[in-house]
Amino acid sequence: MLAFLVQRISQAFLVMFVISMIAFAIQDGLGDPLQELVGMSVSLEERDAIREDMGLNDPIYVQYARFAGNALQGDLGISYFYGKPTLQVIAEHLPATLELVIGASLIILVFSVPIGVYAAIRPQAFLSKFFMGISTVGISIPVFLTAIMLIQLFSIGVTIEMFPTDTGWGAWLNGALSTDGGLPSYGRGDELTHLFGTWNSGFFSSDGLWHLVLPCVSLASIMLPLFIRLIRAEMMEVLQSDYIRYARAKGLSSGRINFLHALKNTMLPVITVGGVQLGIMVAYTILTETVFQWPGMGLMFLEAITRSDIPLIVAYLMVVGLVFVITNTIVDLIYGLVNPTVKLTGKKA
Amino acid sequence: MMTATVSRWARVRDSFLWYSFKRDKVAIASFIVLLAMVLSAIFAPLLAPTNPYDLALIDIMNSELPPVGMSGADGAFPLGTDAQGRDMLSTILYGTRVSLMIGFGAVILQAVLGILFGLLAGYMGGRVDAVLMRIADVQLSFSTLMVAIIVGAVFKASFGSLMFGEIAIYMLIFIIGVAEWPQIARTVRASVLAEKKKEYVDAAKVMGFRTNRIMFRHILPNTLSPIFVIGTVQIANAIISEAALSFLGLGMPETQPSLGSLIKSGFDYIQSGSWWITLLPGLVLVVLVLVINLLGDWLRDVMNPRLYKG
Repeated sequence: MLAFLVQRISQAFLVMFVISMIAFAIQDGLGDPLQELVGMSVSLEERDAIREDMGLNDPIYVQYARFAGNALQGDLGISYFYGKPTLQVIAEHLPATLELVIGASLIILVFSVPIGVYAAIRPQAFLSKFFMGISTVGISIPVFLTAIMLIQLFSIGVTIEMFPTDTGWGAWLNGALSTDGGLPSYGRGDELTHLFGTWNSGFFSSDGLWHLVLPCVSLASIMLPLFIRLIRAEMMEVLQSDYIRYARAKGLSSGRINFLHALKNTMLPVITVGGVQLGIMVAYTILTETVFQWPGMGLMFLEAITRSDIPLIVAYLMVVGLVFVITNTIVDLIYGLVNPTVKLTGKKA
Repeated sequence: MMTATVSRWARVRDSFLWYSFKRDKVAIASFIVLLAMVLSAIFAPLLAPTNPYDLALIDIMNSELPPVGMSGADGAFPLGTDAQGRDMLSTILYGTRVSLMIGFGAVILQAVLGILFGLLAGYMGGRVDAVLMRIADVQLSFSTLMVAIIVGAVFKASFGSLMFGEIAIYMLIFIIGVAEWPQIARTVRASVLAEKKKEYVDAAKVMGFRTNRIMFRHILPNTLSPIFVIGTVQIANAIISEAALSFLGLGMPETQPSLGSLIKSGFDYIQSGSWWITLLPGLVLVVLVLVINLLGDWLRDVMNPRLYKG
């Protein structure tokens, strides 16, 4: 166990080291910090003096060591645009993204488990096939397109006038197919509750919650089909195993078998794979936040790219890299702890 | 007298693949739709009413016309026009062409990388395997989209928007290909591990063939069916990735739009009621990706290869 622990943690450090090298290479390769600092009027000699002073003429490994040392102390430079330490800028944008991810995760949890279990227990039922069909379609729709369609349907509204209004059913169909819209599709709203530090929450006011609806549903839409399929596949595999057959032979009720015996063993791989997927959701927040102008980290990152705000880009890479490495390491460790069949030395079978 | 082509056709006709294709209505329908889309994309210059790249043909007075069937529509523009007055039908045809080109290009690149690294890792084993698969694991744990966004962002920042726009097609093929190679490499490795235990590999070794020959001439052909299955799904993924990157402004410029950049440029006008500029290319994108995914599902069921279960 200890060997496994040490191996996984040292791997995490190695990955973080590589990420920091990449981040450093980007910082070093893109743009000249001197250009950002001094104007046109500064002479060449003065430029060279400042360059020497800032340590830009040092060997590359000395510069990297300085970068890594500063990063370890929580100093990732000053954002060109905001004029503040980059980590502070990220801390200000982090809560918005976290609330988006939390909201989407809740939606995924509430819908994926019952649907996945049902589709596994009754694979031939019409409803199961319907849900599996929907999830195939769901995977094929990019998250930003889902978001745009949701905006059209529930924020702008759709008016259908296709059917003749002089008949009763025509008017009814027109009404039934039209949507009112009106849901907010822009930002987080004005009524945010200050929790602590930089965390202003939208969870505690109806306005904040309404603003969360469309972005969270969009973000959940991309992961929900994956989770439904995963739960269904795992559950079907578990249902074929010997101990379930034994339980059936003993004459236990199917509800007890399905929910007490089978579901427990289904959730283990689901939780671990799910943990990794939640990390992957960070990538999709960039798309969701762009559509909804959600003031989170993803939108901040994209704006940093258009503004060539290199320190902020680098800081975002480091922070997101750290988030990924930590989630993956924790998921690996939990999996190793709860599943005794995992080879602890980490060798592939 | 049987010529080579006749016997080849006979082999196709008698194969299990053709047999199951004939019986699967979803697969046939998907294939027909995909074929129609690919053909209309290839022949876009012939089919499209106007050339959307030709600025001289665009009249700003025609901007934001709705599709035929709505009030204010112009019969010359069956699917309406976008904000710059370009015919939507033409831009969608050309956009599908760009999206398909990038999708296929990226999958060819990732197949080359994935097959090479997968074969090496699976056949060599030991340290080569450990290093390559560790890289693949780490890259996958970051999600291919994240890797693609970051690489795209860095390229855009270092080349500048204008330069990036000119070589965007090659950039996107490179970015998506490099971001997604682990998917194919893992599949190839898994089937190489199964194949290399078989006797024909031992026989080839005993006959003194070089490692390269055994890897590429003996093992590779036997791992092709999982590569086909995963390659099909990867085309759909590459098209989605391209659309996502273009939507974020890290992909095709508006002057040479793909489906993704069409959606992006239309999104600015959705609030003013011009839904067709963004939703029509979106619909085409969804149908394209959906039929490829359905074909991939069908292929997987038929070939039933040992896919790597992550």
